Amino acid sequence: MTDRVRIAIVGSGPAGLSAAARAAELGLSHLLIEQTDHLSDTIFKYQKGKHVMATPSQLVLRSDFDFDAGKREAILGRWNEQAAAQNIKVAYNSEVRGVTGTGDPIPGSIQKIVNRKRDGTTETKEIQRLAPPYRLTLADGREIIADAVIMAIGTQGNPNLMRCVGADLPHVQYQLDDPAAYNDEHIFVIGGGDAGLENALGLAADEAQGNVVTVVNRSAEFASAKDANVKALMTAAEAGRLTIMSESTTARIEPGFITLDSRDGEVKLKCDRIIARMGSAAPRAFIESCGIEFTSGDRLASPSLSPVFESTALGIFVIGALAGYPLIKHCMNQGYDVVEFINGNKDLKPADEPILAAKFAALPEQKSVAEWLEFLRSNVSILEGLTPLQMREFMLESAVRAYRAGDVIFEKFDPGSSLFGIANGHALVEVAPGTEVEINHGSIFGEVGLISGRRRGSTVRAGADSIMVEVSRTAALKLMSSNPPAKRAITRISTERQLLQMFGAGLTPQDLSEVLDTAEIQTVKAGQPIIVEGDLGSDIYVIRVGSMIVEKKVGGKNVFLSYLPAGSYVGEMALIAGGPRTATVKATVKSEVIKLNGEAFTRLLAAKPALLERARRDMAARQDVNAFIESRKDSFSTVVDMYSETAKFLVDNGIGEATDVLLIDEHLCVGCDNCEKACADSHEGLSRLDREAGRTYAHLHVPTSCRHCEHPHCMADCPPNAIHRGPDGEVFIDESCIGCGNCQRNCPYGVIRMDSVPPKKPSLLNWMLFGAGPGPGEPSKKWRYNNAVSGVEMPKKAIKCDMCSGIDGGPACVRACPTGAAIRVAPEDFLTVARLHREAI
Amino acid sequence: MATRAPARARRVKGEALHDGFLRYAGFRWLKIATLFSVVAMVSYMLVDVTPRHNGGSWYGYTMGTIGVILILWLTLLGLRKRAMTRGRWSLKTWTSAHVYLGLSLIVIATLHTGFQMGWNVHTLAYALMMLVILSGIFGITVYATIPSALSNNRAEMTQGQMLDALRAIDRQLHDAAQPLPHDQAALVRQSLDQAPFGGGLVARLSGRYPRCGTARAQTALRHWTGDHPDTGQEPLEKIDALLERKLAMLARLRRHLKLKALLEIWLYVHVPVTFALLAALTAHIVSVFFYW
Ligand SMILES: Cc1cc2nc3c(=O)[nH]c(=O)nc-3n(C[C@H](O)[C@H](O)[C@H](O)COP(=O)(O)OP(=O)(O)OC[C@H]3O[C@@H](n4cnc5c(N)ncnc54)[C@H](O)[C@@H]3O)c2cc1C
Ligand code: HEM
Ligand code: SF4
Ligand code: SF4
Ligand code: SF4
Repeated sequence: MTDRVRIAIVGSGPAGLSAAARAAELGLSHLLIEQTDHLSDTIFKYQKGKHVMATPSQLVLRSDFDFDAGKREAILGRWNEQAAAQNIKVAYNSEVRGVTGTGDPIPGSIQKIVNRKRDGTTETKEIQRLAPPYRLTLADGREIIADAVIMAIGTQGNPNLMRCVGADLPHVQYQLDDPAAYNDEHIFVIGGGDAGLENALGLAADEAQGNVVTVVNRSAEFASAKDANVKALMTAAEAGRLTIMSESTTARIEPGFITLDSRDGEVKLKCDRIIARMGSAAPRAFIESCGIEFTSGDRLASPSLSPVFESTALGIFVIGALAGYPLIKHCMNQGYDVVEFINGNKDLKPADEPILAAKFAALPEQKSVAEWLEFLRSNVSILEGLTPLQMREFMLESAVRAYRAGDVIFEKFDPGSSLFGIANGHALVEVAPGTEVEINHGSIFGEVGLISGRRRGSTVRAGADSIMVEVSRTAALKLMSSNPPAKRAITRISTERQLLQMFGAGLTPQDLSEVLDTAEIQTVKAGQPIIVEGDLGSDIYVIRVGSMIVEKKVGGKNVFLSYLPAGSYVGEMALIAGGPRTATVKATVKSEVIKLNGEAFTRLLAAKPALLERARRDMAARQDVNAFIESRKDSFSTVVDMYSETAKFLVDNGIGEATDVLLIDEHLCVGCDNCEKACADSHEGLSRLDREAGRTYAHLHVPTSCRHCEHPHCMADCPPNAIHRGPDGEVFIDESCIGCGNCQRNCPYGVIRMDSVPPKKPSLLNWMLFGAGPGPGEPSKKWRYNNAVSGVEMPKKAIKCDMCSGIDGGPACVRACPTGAAIRVAPEDFLTVARLHREAI
Repeated sequence: MATRAPARARRVKGEALHDGFLRYAGFRWLKIATLFSVVAMVSYMLVDVTPRHNGGSWYGYTMGTIGVILILWLTLLGLRKRAMTRGRWSLKTWTSAHVYLGLSLIVIATLHTGFQMGWNVHTLAYALMMLVILSGIFGITVYATIPSALSNNRAEMTQGQMLDALRAIDRQLHDAAQPLPHDQAALVRQSLDQAPFGGGLVARLSGRYPRCGTARAQTALRHWTGDHPDTGQEPLEKIDALLERKLAMLARLRRHLKLKALLEIWLYVHVPVTFALLAALTAHIVSVFFYW
């Protein structure tokens, strides 16, 4: 059977639904193709009762469907009603497997598909694109012919399927909505990732359900899962609540039984249900096979699109999360817009036009949004390669400002991770008091904060009346991942600047050019050394991202010498003093270093006596530390050991990527939990730290609380971009959080909790005098339940430490500790030999 | 071998080198309190009050006023601890000053009395104050000694995790006891029914639980296992191993509870007696002024 329609819409998420609704309204023949048996699978899969948020609030909704913040069930219910009422044609249970043109080959239009293999090599396949109309092939062999195709399949991808015999039996499922729904069953969870472990733990959590749960893992370890999950799994297994079968794969599935290939051969076991959580394949390969090109090979890249969402395959349009817009409102607006565009509406202005117009309103000249975008694109060199659609998206996450000559743009030691581009005028960087370096029109500055996530290195002023674009860190990372030339340009400039800043005044970019030409950026895995004690070599390394520790073998033991945060350089001793390397330097977390050729650097030193002098001084300080450790090795070996071990413990616990961390000295902590109470009372009644949990070594305890990572993992995948680095270097979540829980999953230290704001408590005096309310600290679940304001729904949002930003006096946890056990430290201050000096003497 | 980037902004928040409340700022408050006490004692010697030193002389009034202000301020620590207001204060500094100035009260108040005691409300206030101070001294002793023991004992476990672990063992015990004959199962039940928090204050503080169901179950069950060779098959052997693990976990939990109780128990004297002291003090002042 072959249907023919004007517009085929693939995927019935908010984007696809809204597109179909517009098509129905305009009377265009259409078909909305959905692979599941319900609409909008991504939202369908949200946790039951989840409060769905409608951000950004300043964006107006332009769709034939309604959408407002509310419960998942209400939103889906409304959409189902509207889909029926508005006569939308939907084909359920229809997975699109391929889209190809049926017309003539389009001359010169060839799709290159690059396949990256595990061993690092690549393979390129070329497909000749064919003109529309398109044939959409479904999984069951049906075909649909359409003049235009709208791809709105989101980014969730499809779960990897089981491939063994019997994999299509009805008791094999790829999702677990409600662990409490199963009782007295023998359940096998296949897959050792977080999803699998969380499902298994959920099923086994309540003994009364009587489930017999087994986790089947292909390898011996659970390498891809979070530590906390693995620990919980091991405890549960030890307690006999579930069984783990490692190094096992599924051989066969029959009704009531599963057969596994295990270390001890085949075993056939009783089995009522199989939950396969083996990861999912990103939709990219499928999209590429349709002739749609992506902006780059990067994992985060989106398809290249025209201002009307048309992809490189003429007549195929991409919208929604797949196009790089993960918020429901954006998705719905795009669905509306794209159908208008396809229908020939040329004057429609995108719904975000007023937001952009507001950003440009304060600038001295009056231009239209499109003119401003073009002005910025053509004047700031790193933006040159962007399409108008990318420019719009880029500007939504950036700001543009006019400065008068002499205005301070940012000050030295200001925290900040944004990048500035000069669209007009120029900037002056104060490299030393009284010495300023000019940065020209078209160039960028502020990139060091972007890369190392730490404080600003110098004060920058506007050199003339100027217009600058301030690019948020997220927007800058997106730009770099989608635009390789921009990435190269930023990298080169940042390397040059980092060296200039590090090696001090008196150097010019010209002096560095030879060193820069031979410079190489290397990625270093956690634990991997860049310099090994005793080796020969004279290259210098600059730490660009991450941090390193320096160790030296003393009396057969590795002694910790120092901690090097991003922005330090290392390796000059062998170069200046000659001889083999005197210590080992290795990465504490995945890091990036700039390797500078030793010979080129020697020539630079020879030409610049001031630099040599500086390097000598730096080296002397290091030699002192070495000598100090050597001198202590007999008399104070235990102190030195303790120091080394403690430092290693801290580094192992993620302090290597921390910028500010709460530590508790358990020599002093009396367990009063006043820190937790203070935290809760300073933040709407919810504590952002768990004092008792966490690792301890030698009475130094690292509680479960945010470390304000240099490169926060939690920021990686936040749909509304709600996580930022604030003015004191703190990583915080703003009120636009939609409660999706991605950050909680992404934080490797388990410090983010999802909770709703508790009701307001009676005042402290009321409690002290009359016993009203729950008293200081976080109120109990019960009190919260009993005192909830009825009728007001409090959505669960992500909660984490914000370093008490904006609270005069600083971190409440530290101020409220009666004994001085709680301290907040930056690792570079804490892990210094100065402590050892003090403790040893 | 390596060089750090140019020094960054000095941190003003938590110091990297930190002190506990007793050592705060090089014993600043110890020094201040000592100076204070010495000045009080020296002036006591130098000032000539006729016929003899007493609370009613101008010197006595001075000391008395200082004492009352101090006591009121010391009491405010309870408020400071709970009122999480903004501002550059730290409870550690408050505690440090509280401890040393509190101790200096011994001198101030004693000199205020002019060593005149009797069976009256005045001496009652004095005695209550000394009781508060003594309990405070007990408090700083436990604060100084117990935290590291608490930390060692819990070995990175939280109290919740200890209870979870006990529950997990109980579940296994429950399953393992299914094949047992009735009388043996009853013994296991004795362990299962035991509440980990039972035993009362004495048990909590001493860490000794002579009526522990688990220990008794194990002793009793060993009557059966004692004369059998270990085969590794018997359900009772598995139960014995489980009871052994449970006892170890109970021991840890009990030590944990004991240490925590020691860290808190003195506050149950310190705080209520403080209120009694405030009441007695009021009576003392009122009686002095109105019924001379
Ligand atoms: C837990 C969670 C909470 C969130 N909370 C919010 C929130 O509160 N507010 C907010 O604005 N955003 C939220 N988001 C983000 C938002 O849900 C998504 O970005 C949005 O749903 C994307 O819409 P879409 O239409 O592009 O794609 P999707 O909603 O992902 O829809 C794609 C549809 O295509 C179907 N499909 C896929 N492949 C095929 C194929 N080959 N053939 C046929 N059909 C196919 C799928 O089954 C699915 O129904 C949240 C996301 C998550 C994961
Ligand atoms: C008359 C004198 C004193 C009075 C009225 C007094 C009163 C108080 C009060 C009201 C608290 C608050 C307890 C709470 O709210 O939890 C407190 C705490 C405390 N006091 Fe005193 N005190 C006195 C003397 C002392 C002395 C002499 C010492 C030590 C030698 C001392 C040591 C402490 C300590 C260590 C705390 C606990 C701090 C904490 O954990 O928060 N006190 N005192
Ligand atoms: S929440 Fe987690 S990932 Fe994010 S900054 Fe804090 S510790 Fe790092
Ligand atoms: S802050 Fe976390 S929970 Fe909130 S929207 Fe971002 S990723 Fe989701
Ligand atoms: S710094 Fe503030 S928000 Fe962070 S843990 Fe401490 S009290 Fe909580």
